[in-house]
Amino acid sequence: MPKIMKFRGLSRELIALRVASELEDGTYANLGIGIPTLVSDWIEGRDITLQSEIGMLKTGPLATGDDINQDLINASCQAVTELPGSCYFDIAESFGMIRGGHIDVAVMGALQVNARGDYAGWSNPARGLFVGNIGGSMDLCAGARKLFIAMEHTTRDGEYKVVKELSYPATAMGKVNMLFTDLAVIEITPKGMVLKEVAPGLTAADVQSVTEPKLIVSKDLKEMSL
Amino acid sequence: MDKVLPGIDEAVADIPDGAVIAVPGFFAAGVPRYLLRAIIKKGIRDLTLTCGCGPLLGAAEELKALVKNDQIKKVIDSYGLFRSATKGMQDPFEQAVRDGKIEFEVFPMGTMAERYRAGGAGIPAFFTPTGVGSVVEESIVTNIEANRVPKETRIIDGQKYVLEYALKPDYAFVHAIIGDREGNLRYAKTARNFNHVMATAARITIAEVENLVEPGQLDGDNIHTPGVYVRRMVKVPRPKFAITID
Repeated sequence: MPKIMKFRGLSRELIALRVASELEDGTYANLGIGIPTLVSDWIEGRDITLQSEIGMLKTGPLATGDDINQDLINASCQAVTELPGSCYFDIAESFGMIRGGHIDVAVMGALQVNARGDYAGWSNPARGLFVGNIGGSMDLCAGARKLFIAMEHTTRDGEYKVVKELSYPATAMGKVNMLFTDLAVIEITPKGMVLKEVAPGLTAADVQSVTEPKLIVSKDLKEMSL
Repeated sequence: MDKVLPGIDEAVADIPDGAVIAVPGFFAAGVPRYLLRAIIKKGIRDLTLTCGCGPLLGAAEELKALVKNDQIKKVIDSYGLFRSATKGMQDPFEQAVRDGKIEFEVFPMGTMAERYRAGGAGIPAFFTPTGVGSVVEESIVTNIEANRVPKETRIIDGQKYVLEYALKPDYAFVHAIIGDREGNLRYAKTARNFNHVMATAARITIAEVENLVEPGQLDGDNIHTPGVYVRRMVKVPRPKFAITID
């Protein structure tokens, strides 16, 4: 794959902030490992309920000091806290809730995304293993009403992550609705990828230069507001 | 019926080589650490450990011992490897998987949950949308190429589903914060995770409990696992876990 130019974009924390601002009040959301987990830092006090697939609804902020309880962790294995109205349930109930279409939005990390809304995230072939960590990712893709991807726009080595065709094993096909990166906000539509927002200081051409599929530039293209 | 045994060694005394054992826990939370230590001590071999979400990453010391003693034949899980590829390369379990000495079979987590639920509820198999469009739809995902058995799919109301089978382990080890002598159990917060479904699925469920009470001392409206699913019980101290995965 050709090396492509890199741009200075948003930090991981600010990608998470942009995702958080897309979540409407009243949303039930599930956050995957990585940048998605950071979304929880930006929703305190808002009417957004986090589901952790380990078996918890209304997961609170990360626990510190004396609040740390080894029996109270989120799905990323971080000690968390309860909020008024938090509840617990077993794993079959948790995934019934997920597959059954009761979670509004899942936010996941990804290794590759294409313009049809396919994405790869569970296995990096460079590791040389046919097996990998699937976790709850495929269930969330199958059941969440909307799937958001939050990731860096390119690899550390400057290779495309927004690709024409996945070269890594797929997590799910045709499920991604929105893509949030350090450089852009892209909506995935039946016509292809629509560039809706660019990071401060960047142009649509800049984002296109690090994106393999052809982007449709929205008539309302704007700079991300954070 | 009083199901409490005097010690943990008695609880695992009849487990033979080649047993299939369900191990609950979501990383560190809710792992039956004392029962794992008991089978390490007993030296049972050719074990198949059926998991749900990385309990052996949570109980890292126990996994290390099981691998070192060559006790594991196969692990089934949704998430069993280090996230970090660099750390994975130094991990004896991952090395044994790479060498084909241990078989590692992978399913989506919700499919694992439902396989136990079905196993405990008399349902032999089920169609699920999870995994459609990935290698999970095509065959069993395992490091042993010869065991990549193709899976059936079916279109129902225009949607594709994959057939997955119930899982009925020989034994389940569960960890509860409190239980009564007749096997009624309650779990703590997110340590519940796979404990209940595994207790229902196994032929013989052994519960380690941090607190043991008399029948009648638990509120009957708030039992997570009814005693009918539990065959043996042992009292254990509260385990200590590091809350971290790499």
